[in-house]
Amino acid sequence: MKNVIEVKELTKHYNGLTAVDHINFEVEEGEVFGFLGPNGAGKTTTVRMLTGVIKPSSGSVSVMGFDLGRDPIRAKETMGVVPELSNAYTELSAWNNLQFMAELYGVPKRVAVSRAEELLTKFDLYDRKDHAVKTFSKGMKQKLITAMSLMNDPEILFLDEPTSGLDVRSARLIKEMVRELRDTGKTIFLTTHYMDEASQLCNRIAIINHGRIAAIDAPEKLKMRIGGLQYVEVSFTAPVDVSDLSAMSGITRVRTSGDKIQLYTEEPDRAIRGLVDYSRSNDREIVTLNTLTPTLEDVFVKLTEEE
Amino acid sequence: MIDQIRRAYAIAKKDVRIYYLKGPVIIFGILSPAFLFLAFMIGRDLPVDFLIAGLLGMTIFFTSTSVTPVIAPTETQTRNLERLAAAPISVTTILFGDMLASVLFGIVISLVPILLGMALGVTIVHPFILALGIVLAAFCFSAMGLIFSSTPTSMTSTVMMLSTMVKFPLVFISGIFIPVQELPSWGQALASLSPLTYITELCRYSFQGACHYPVMVDIGALLVFLIVFMVIAIKLHERSLPKRL
Repeated sequence: MKNVIEVKELTKHYNGLTAVDHINFEVEEGEVFGFLGPNGAGKTTTVRMLTGVIKPSSGSVSVMGFDLGRDPIRAKETMGVVPELSNAYTELSAWNNLQFMAELYGVPKRVAVSRAEELLTKFDLYDRKDHAVKTFSKGMKQKLITAMSLMNDPEILFLDEPTSGLDVRSARLIKEMVRELRDTGKTIFLTTHYMDEASQLCNRIAIINHGRIAAIDAPEKLKMRIGGLQYVEVSFTAPVDVSDLSAMSGITRVRTSGDKIQLYTEEPDRAIRGLVDYSRSNDREIVTLNTLTPTLEDVFVKLTEEE
Repeated sequence: MIDQIRRAYAIAKKDVRIYYLKGPVIIFGILSPAFLFLAFMIGRDLPVDFLIAGLLGMTIFFTSTSVTPVIAPTETQTRNLERLAAAPISVTTILFGDMLASVLFGIVISLVPILLGMALGVTIVHPFILALGIVLAAFCFSAMGLIFSSTPTSMTSTVMMLSTMVKFPLVFISGIFIPVQELPSWGQALASLSPLTYITELCRYSFQGACHYPVMVDIGALLVFLIVFMVIAIKLHERSLPKRL
């Protein structure tokens, strides 16, 4: 697989602060590359540099073989972008927004018409194509913005928080679209706060923290990296004192999640025996009991805490 | 190059659809010069061709500087700017597109005083010079508007306040109300620094057949102002764009 994005020593300073600090990574053709990080870690700054919206202080970005510093127009023509905070032109119709994007990317008129019809149909917006975007719901706007990013049939799609704030159905539609695009060989650079989404969709994930790359790997390999973090999840019929559970032997950390209690341990068997004993001696019936491996969220929290 | 011009044209079409009917454009582009002109004209016994030439110069000035300052702050506020910045177009292309929309607005609205003058019996002695002057001035003033809009703000009112602070004094030193040749020497020196002086001169020449400076000086001055304004606008916008995202 060839690299379609190559980032070398990319750095951005703002008013004496280093937002992105000499990061390096490559994205391979056809992969869904997740880019995660806590707020203020440098995600949006990195995406803006990769999409040519802002210039780096130093370092280089190459997209589809075009150096973004030297040949920004050619590089940008290969991309579709859904910026995190962007909007469609709300006073124009959905149709005019799509045609405007086609014109900006130099898509021939005839192709633009058929592609706009196809995308509006796919995103269930065709009946509203002549309506001003200001009459659209948030979900409809996000679908339109995604459609706008596909008008030039890009080789690489940058999606910055594409499902943020969407209802379940619209979010599912966007995720389904990501899978379809991946299946057709497109490369997708996905920034998201939803760990489940990243885990389901991404071939590889980079975690950025304090402007530096904390880890890059496949989701499952990332989970294996923090191997000692298995946990037992339990819920009881009645509330229990969590401090009793954290005092049990072999338990390294206790976390509550709703009515469930997560006991982190390197010895799940010993923890389960301890829980059964606790249940008997305190007359608390166990409702659910599961042994779980770390989630991507655990990896994220651990890596970003370490930094 | 041709691709970038086509894309600038797409931006101009978008601007025409969205911004022509915005409140600040109507107020500062049409109503302001109309009321200013009425305030100047009422109670004074002046020849119609002198008045129409002044009105025309002022109309082109106000209309052409009213569209471009609205676009950048509005698109900063509505968050459309990042999408444009990510598109395969340069800052110059964006500005050229905005300028085209503004030029068209200036030219179309400038037909109103011309038609009004013709209805009042004014004849156009040099129509070609008038047309050239209007087009050049519309480009020049649109580029001037782009300088105002480079302020890194999402508040249209801030940009409009700034532009009004510059525009109104220019009206008074540019020979609209008093011909340049009747100004004192310091007044003439001040007038030579204003681009509005040169389009007013060209309007007077087109309607009355005579003006203070040679016509080629007026045309050359407008061209120089256009180039200077455009270069400054591009530099300022390149610097301010990241701050507006």
